[in-house]
Amino acid sequence: MARAITPRRKLIVTAAAWSIAILIFFPIFWTILTSFKTEAEAIADPPSLFAFDWTLENYSVVQERSNYFLHFWNSVVLSVGSTLLGLAIAIPAAWSMAFVPGRRTKDVLMWMLSTKMLPSVGVLVPIYLIFRDLGLLDTRIGLVIVLTLINLPIIVWMLYTYFKEIPGEILEAARMDGATLRSEIIYVLTPMAVPGIASTLLLNIILAWNEAFWTLNLTAAKAAPLTAFIASYSSPEGLFYAKLSAASTMAIAPILIMGWFSQKQLVRGLTFGAVK
Amino acid sequence: MGTITLQQITKSFGDVQVIPPLDLDINDGEFVVFVGPSGCGKSTLLRLIAGLEDVTSGLIQIDGRDATEVPPAKRGLAMVFQSYALYPHMTVRKNIAFPLRMAKMDQAAQNAKVEAAASVLNLTDYLDRRPGQLSGGQRQRVAIGRAIVREPAAFLFDEPLSNLDAALRVNMRLEISELHNTLATTMIYVTHDQVEAMTMADKIVVLQAGVIEQVGSPLELYHRPRNRFVAGFIGSPKMNLIDGAEAGKHNATSIGIRPEHVDVSKTDGLWRGRVGVAEHLGSDTFVHVHDTGLVDMLTVRIPGDISVSHGDDIYLSPDPEKMHRFGADGLRLE
Repeated sequence: MARAITPRRKLIVTAAAWSIAILIFFPIFWTILTSFKTEAEAIADPPSLFAFDWTLENYSVVQERSNYFLHFWNSVVLSVGSTLLGLAIAIPAAWSMAFVPGRRTKDVLMWMLSTKMLPSVGVLVPIYLIFRDLGLLDTRIGLVIVLTLINLPIIVWMLYTYFKEIPGEILEAARMDGATLRSEIIYVLTPMAVPGIASTLLLNIILAWNEAFWTLNLTAAKAAPLTAFIASYSSPEGLFYAKLSAASTMAIAPILIMGWFSQKQLVRGLTFGAVK
Repeated sequence: MGTITLQQITKSFGDVQVIPPLDLDINDGEFVVFVGPSGCGKSTLLRLIAGLEDVTSGLIQIDGRDATEVPPAKRGLAMVFQSYALYPHMTVRKNIAFPLRMAKMDQAAQNAKVEAAASVLNLTDYLDRRPGQLSGGQRQRVAIGRAIVREPAAFLFDEPLSNLDAALRVNMRLEISELHNTLATTMIYVTHDQVEAMTMADKIVVLQAGVIEQVGSPLELYHRPRNRFVAGFIGSPKMNLIDGAEAGKHNATSIGIRPEHVDVSKTDGLWRGRVGVAEHLGSDTFVHVHDTGLVDMLTVRIPGDISVSHGDDIYLSPDPEKMHRFGADGLRLE
C-alpha cells in the first residue's frame, strides 16, 4: 500500500531536505562570501554575514600574484585527458567483463577495487622515484597517467554496471541481423550505453578536477592544476583567509557550473542500480 | 532453401557436457519444434544452429554447406528471441529495417520491404513508435517483422510466446502457423509447452538432458511414443503410467494408458477406484481417481455431461488397443 502523503508530512520532509542541502552547501557559500571580504573582516569575531564592505580586491591580488589561467588550463587538461584515456581503456574492459565474463571476472573486479583500499601515501615514494627517473615530475602527461590509473577502477566499475543492464540478447539479435562487431558496437551498444558513458565521464572529470594528493605531490609549477593554486595560498602565507577563499572560489567555480548544468546525468549516474 | 543438418555435434560448458553427440536432419520448409523440460538443452541446440554458441565438436551444414565455423551474421538465419530483443532506441521502422541496413540495401528498397512486412503483421500504424510504446503482442510482431525482411534460409524461434498472456499466446500461435504456410520457409521453434509443439509442428524433436528421445510428427509421438519419457511428456493431461503386477499381466515392466482411452462406469469395470478431484472443462471432465491399488492417482477423461463427485466409487476399463507397453529399459514394446 502506498503511504499517504499528508501536507504535514510533506512539510517536514521538505524542511529536512533543505536543511541537509544548506548544511552541505554552507562551507562553499561561506568561502564565496569570505572571498569578497577584506582580510580583517574575514577573521572578524563575530563574523558578519552580509553587512561588510564588498570588495573585489582579493581577486585582483590573486590574479596578480599567480597565473590563474595556467592552472585552470592544467586542470582542464588533467581532468579531461585522464578521463578520456580512462574511458578508452575502461570501455573495452567493461565490455568484455559484462558480455563475455570469464571464470575470474568477479575476482578481477574485486581486485581492481581493492587497489582503492590502499592509502595513496603508501605508494608515494615508489611512484615519486619512478617519476623522477622517467622525467615525468611536474609534467602534464605524467599526471594524466597517474590520475587515469587511480580513477580507472571507478570508471570500469561504473561502466560495468551500466553494460550489465543492457540485455545480451539485444546484442545477439544484432549479430543475427547481420551486424559485424563494429556495427554492433556503433549502432546498438553505444546508443544504448550513452547515458551511462556520459555520467561516468562527468563524475570522473569532477573526481580528477578535485584530486589533491597526487597533483600536489608530483607537481611544482609547470603542470600544477588549480588544487596546487589553492594550496599555494594556504601553507606559505598563513592566515590570509580572504585571498585563500578567492583562490578557492576561482578553482571550484568551473566545476560547480559544470556540475550544475549536468546534475540530471550525475544523479542518474550516482544512483544507478539503486533505483530502477 | 533451408535444409539444416547436424552431424555428431556436441556442446560442453567447462567439464559439463550438455549435448552428447547428436544427429538431426531438418528438411526445407519444415516446421520443426524442439520440446522438452527446462534445462534439456533445446535452447542451447537452437543457439548452436544460430551460431551464437560454438559447437564443441561436430558439423553443422546449412543448405549443404559447412556452416560450423561461420559467424551468426553470415549464416542467413533469422532469430526471434524470448525477450523480443528489440532495439529500444530505434523506431519500429528502424528496428525492422536494421537487417536490411546491415546488408547495405538502398533506402527505397528498404522502405518497400519494411512497409510490406508491416502490412502483413498489422504494424503499419505503429511504424514510427518506439518498442517501449507497444504492447507485448505488438513487440513480438516487430521481432517477427525484423526476421521476415531478411528472407532467411530458416527462422529460429526461442520460446517466443512465453512472455505473452494465455489468450494472446493462442492468437500468436495461429499467426506463426499461418506465416509458415504463407512463407513456406524452414522454421525451428523451441518451447517447453507440449501443446505448442503438438499444434504447430510438422516434426517434433523431444529432448531430455541433451539427448533426442524421439523425432516424429505430432501424431506419431502421440500414438507411438518411443519410450516412457516421450509417453509422459506428450499429451495433456499426461498419460497414466502403471508399473508392477498389472503391467506384468501384459508382459511389460510398465504400461501406459491415456486419460481419453479409459472407459468409465459407475457399476462395473476392470479397475475400481474413488473419485478425488474432478476438473470440469465443460466439454470434458478430467477425473482424478485414487485408491485403485495401481498408482497413487489415475487421470481419466469423461464427457462433460456426466456428473461425478468427490468420494464416488468408479470403475475404469482401459481400451486394450490403445495401451502402450514399455520394457525394463523404458523403451516401447511392440
